[in-house]
Amino acid sequence: MHDAMKVIIGLVIFLGLVTAPFWFNTVGGTSARQPELVVGTDVKECIEPTGWMRAYHMDLLNQWRDEVVREGKKDFVSSTGKTWEHMKLTGTCLDCHTQKDKFCDRCHDYSGVKPYCWDCHIVPGKEGK
Amino acid sequence: MLEKALQGSKRYWTWLFVVIGFITAGVIAFLYQLQEGLGVTGMSRDVPWGLYIAQFTFLVGVAASAVMVVLPYYLHNFKAFGKITILGEFLAIPAVILCMMFIFVDMGQPMRVMNVPLHPTLNSMMFWDFMSLGGYLFLNILITRVVFSAEMKGIAPPKWIKPVIILSIPWAISIHTVTAFLYSGLSGRSFWLTAILAPRFLASAFSAGPAILILLCLLIRKISKFDPGDAAIRKLSEIVAYAMAVNVFFVALEFFTALYSDIPHHVEHFRYLYFGIGNATALVPWAWASAILSLGAMILLLVPKTRQNFSLLPWICVMVVVGLWIDKGINLIITGFVPNPVGGVTEYAPTFPEIMVTLGVYFIGIFILTILYKVAITVKEAEAA
Amino acid sequence: MMDVKRREFLRLAGLGATLGIGGKTLYEVVKGDEVLASTAHETHEGTRWAMVIDTRKCVVHDCEDCIAACHKTHNVPTFEDPKRVIKWIWREEFKGAFPDQNHMFMGDEVTDKTVPILCNHCDNPPCVKVCPTGATFKRKDGIVTMDMHRCIGCRYCVVGCPYGARSFNWSDPREAIKDIDPAFPTRCKGVVEKCNFCADRLSLDKDPACMEACPYKAITFGNLGDKESPVRAALKGKYTIRRKQGLGTGPSVFYIV
Repeated sequence: MHDAMKVIIGLVIFLGLVTAPFWFNTVGGTSARQPELVVGTDVKECIEPTGWMRAYHMDLLNQWRDEVVREGKKDFVSSTGKTWEHMKLTGTCLDCHTQKDKFCDRCHDYSGVKPYCWDCHIVPGKEGK
Repeated sequence: MLEKALQGSKRYWTWLFVVIGFITAGVIAFLYQLQEGLGVTGMSRDVPWGLYIAQFTFLVGVAASAVMVVLPYYLHNFKAFGKITILGEFLAIPAVILCMMFIFVDMGQPMRVMNVPLHPTLNSMMFWDFMSLGGYLFLNILITRVVFSAEMKGIAPPKWIKPVIILSIPWAISIHTVTAFLYSGLSGRSFWLTAILAPRFLASAFSAGPAILILLCLLIRKISKFDPGDAAIRKLSEIVAYAMAVNVFFVALEFFTALYSDIPHHVEHFRYLYFGIGNATALVPWAWASAILSLGAMILLLVPKTRQNFSLLPWICVMVVVGLWIDKGINLIITGFVPNPVGGVTEYAPTFPEIMVTLGVYFIGIFILTILYKVAITVKEAEAA
Repeated sequence: MMDVKRREFLRLAGLGATLGIGGKTLYEVVKGDEVLASTAHETHEGTRWAMVIDTRKCVVHDCEDCIAACHKTHNVPTFEDPKRVIKWIWREEFKGAFPDQNHMFMGDEVTDKTVPILCNHCDNPPCVKVCPTGATFKRKDGIVTMDMHRCIGCRYCVVGCPYGARSFNWSDPREAIKDIDPAFPTRCKGVVEKCNFCADRLSLDKDPACMEACPYKAITFGNLGDKESPVRAALKGKYTIRRKQGLGTGPSVFYIV
């Protein structure tokens, strides 16, 4: 290891660069900006607790799509035992969350995910070309 | 062991540079295809598979053909192949990787490729093809890694690798059999609905693969100090000769069954291929070129005098490879789709982006082959010195 | 919320049964003692949706009402290029639809005929057998349908279907749909699609769109497993044929010629 010093200096520079955004925010005293979400409904409860929905809505949608498309099921029974008719993204979900661009999109853009739902499904009210 | 590929002559680096150029062009073409959809290719509703899947079919054969050096060496202790088994196995690795890439570029939704292992569907031959190709790649990487690093250290390879090598022999047969099953189990496609498709695939593979290996051996002999040896090349050319003869025989059997039974939907495909239907004659020149090249090569190979002529042999091998590439890499796949299930005739011709993607994929294989062969040659040269 | 995890577990546990879901096992293929019966294993009981098309009533050649209704309801794109065309139901010449039934002395009233053809919703579907991901599958009610989310676009089903019933999206279909019907999703580029026997409408107790649109009442739809169903009534006492019956696929679309 005759180049040990060079390697260590290189590593330090690398780590410094990689963690630069964190240092920048710590020194500057700014914290990450949260997306402003418009829930879009007066209904107080989602089909499952809000925290769970925030973390697992994508898994639930995957489950719904398999049950609807592959098993021909229609209704959803939540963990509280309440039944919701039609497991439908464009129905059940967007019936309440009417402003997709201010709810779904804002958070997805913020977290940098690009779900392909809308490649095929049609946002209510946005049909046509 | 790969560090051997980092030192080379100017010629070696220039060659790699050219190869990377083609790869870059192919990647750009593929990104364009990804953006626009497979509509940028010449494929259609009636001819849903084209150049990509055909290359996959041809290359599975090249991958499987490694068995033609592995089997004589390990099962029959044919010493002359000792020097070139590594070349056969190092040819199989990029060939399998090429197969996988050709399936990938052919997919409409390549991002969903993991759906195949995530939702294993045992009744689909495509699922088994994924599995058998993956397994074969793993076996070949493992075997070459273990055997070759032992050779580099000048020690005997560990004993446990022998059964793995033996396993790779039936595995090689299986990859090409499953590939034939992709086609030969489809009730609606008469051209492929023939039990001889798998053996025919194997015969043409065992001819084209070793022919490529001969060409590579002759090239290596010319550009390096490593000599694969006359005996090995002679034996390979005998294998090419017999496999080609068997292949021609199998094709003749196909002709007989289809034409003598005279069942219209079997005959129609042969008519399209060799004579065309109406104005649809795109494959006719290819069909005859393949037939002439294959028959010509077979005769030249069966006559000992021409086969043993080392200045003629590379040209015969080119005839074999081109003849069989046309047969499997174009004709066999496209003809199965013409006429279509309702008697319509739609022809196929690849587009420019499609050809660029195909070339790009091939050059990724050539890149891997170059690296692996560079390592092999460097080690073999050191051994000889 | 155990559901999501539990489902995943059940799916994995059910892997062993995969062989039976898509197609028949080899044992099922060879067992049985009926001969000359390409229909030997076909489903006769329970629910099996089927269609009877009376080609005697469907003779007005420029009538494409069923096609228009189907393609409108399901947001089927209109690509003019015959190489890229996507169709769920279309008219085909008699000899193309029934190559084995055609002969040179057939009356003009038959040979001049074009007949509506669509996915046959086979009892033993080759497309389901070849699909490497289970994206194409057969439902318990006999409908052969697709999970567009799972389709990888390999087109093996297009290759495997002996009827040419499947179309691939060679480019983004949305650009080729004039008025999108918001009640049904479109597809994206790179997936295969075909007739779904109006599974979407059946779930709302509606008849298939093609049947509803036919001004000549040439299409009958119903459950083959129900002796009292309209399809059984339509089949009774008439000679009906199916496309390429000899392949043993067991089509669920019947034609009165």
